[in-house]
Amino acid sequence: MRVFRRNLMGVTRPQMAEEVKTNPIHVQIRDVHKSYGDHHVLRGVSLDIYRGKTNLVIGPSGSGKSVLMRQLIRLEKPDSGEIWVNGVDFARLAGLDLAARRRTFGMVFQMSALFDSMTVFDNVAFPLREHTDLPRKEIRARVMDRLEGLGIAEASHKMPAELSGGMQKRVAVARAMILESEILIYDEPTTGLDPITTEMVDDLIAEAEEMFGVTSVVISHDMASVVRIADYLNFLHEGQIAASGTPKQLLHTDHPATAEFIRASRITLD
Amino acid sequence: MTGAAPTASSAPEKLGKVRSAARDAGQWLAKLLLAPFAEIGALTKLFAEAIFWGIRPPYRVRLFVESMEFVGIGSVFLVSLTALFVGAVLALQLVDGFRDFGAENQTGAVIGLALAREVGPVFAALMVTSRAGSAMTTELGSMRVTNQIDALVTMAVNPVQYLVVPRVVAGFVMLPVLTMLFNVVGVFGAFSVAVFFLGLDPGVFMDRLQWLVDWDDVSQGLIKAMVFGVAVTLIACRQGFFAKGGAAGVGRATNRAVVHSAIAILMLDYLVTSMVLGEGLF
Repeated sequence: MRVFRRNLMGVTRPQMAEEVKTNPIHVQIRDVHKSYGDHHVLRGVSLDIYRGKTNLVIGPSGSGKSVLMRQLIRLEKPDSGEIWVNGVDFARLAGLDLAARRRTFGMVFQMSALFDSMTVFDNVAFPLREHTDLPRKEIRARVMDRLEGLGIAEASHKMPAELSGGMQKRVAVARAMILESEILIYDEPTTGLDPITTEMVDDLIAEAEEMFGVTSVVISHDMASVVRIADYLNFLHEGQIAASGTPKQLLHTDHPATAEFIRASRITLD
Repeated sequence: MTGAAPTASSAPEKLGKVRSAARDAGQWLAKLLLAPFAEIGALTKLFAEAIFWGIRPPYRVRLFVESMEFVGIGSVFLVSLTALFVGAVLALQLVDGFRDFGAENQTGAVIGLALAREVGPVFAALMVTSRAGSAMTTELGSMRVTNQIDALVTMAVNPVQYLVVPRVVAGFVMLPVLTMLFNVVGVFGAFSVAVFFLGLDPGVFMDRLQWLVDWDDVSQGLIKAMVFGVAVTLIACRQGFFAKGGAAGVGRATNRAVVHSAIAILMLDYLVTSMVLGEGLF
């Protein structure tokens, strides 16, 4: 009998593959607005996040990428609009309902946001200790397995302050992946990393998609990474999605701001 | 004729500027006057959230123990040192004052009463504010500006339950313990100075103290300590939890936490004393 690996959300790979076929859009964002005082940052953002794919949101600095991410994961409540995830409008959720559904998402912050009072091991083990009843041995095995996969097992006893920026980022990725959430969000995951570590993080994102069928949302302006990992691209410009499509479609777009952004990054699909 | 036009148009312009300045000044004044109420509102909301999340599982025993150790055990040396010198100086002042009219045998009684009712809880709370409260604000503020609190939220861990509740409970439980420590060490300091340096009879000192100070006096101080414990930890957590503006913002938040806590301790001291004594507020 074939035994399929079941992730912590209780879903097997064949189930996920079936879901990708029948319900390809994982998140629907519709007409989301967000203002801070007089500053209208998001001006009616609408986009689809595809299930089991790597979806990128790109755009110049100050275009509202991180603000969009904060609405998506409900760190902030949008002023108006809808965010549909698995048939539930996240924009309307509040209190305990919202808390109960947060595990749908995992998040890698731009500056890693590791708990500086905990060791690397404890940082990665934290979500498992909080949300599962796994025995101590099993938690240790899973954490070390994940750290070994990322090449940072020897740093498991170190504090985050003792690590380089690249290592911190890898620990943050390990922590976000450990619960095997359905959707992983990466906020500028390769900013400030050397080319080798950047490639390693890109591979991780691709691996998460391949191994666990995770839906990835990557906020980035690193166009080299974009071309390497993106299945779908969304260009955010002045608080709205100006262009969407596959990398190939966007590299040949005639939308002026998108074309200018891509031209300035000197990227080709070759 | 050509010179009249600019004069005519500048008059309404000037009036507009004056009105705008007056409006700005009014808004600034209103903000200034309303700020304490806004702060009390924010604290009340955080306190209500702390109660809501405090009674809900999971109960993270390790965090409670760590917070109590930090607030309580970590403050033992500072509180003891302060108490020793406060007791000693009280003895110096009172013996010197009472000798003028031959009442120095009442020194033990007055010192015991002052320590149990007022000096113990107020000084212990001020010491906890300066040591533990400021550290709490800095820690939570740093967590806020480096997205660690956001990270907790994204991992479906309520940050009030995880960060605020253990600290407030630690303040509530440990400040009465520290107050009792302050009382004991304060009496020891006063006794040492009064008896060994100023020649008071040790039997009279202790007899007068036991004659005047009873359980009601001690419990009054302990009630105050519980109130202060909640207030100083809540203020420290509130300032850190909502800190913004990077490292400088965390510094400002820490400064505000210490100032607000000191003011709150003295105001609450009056409030609780008037309630306990049944004398009314004013």
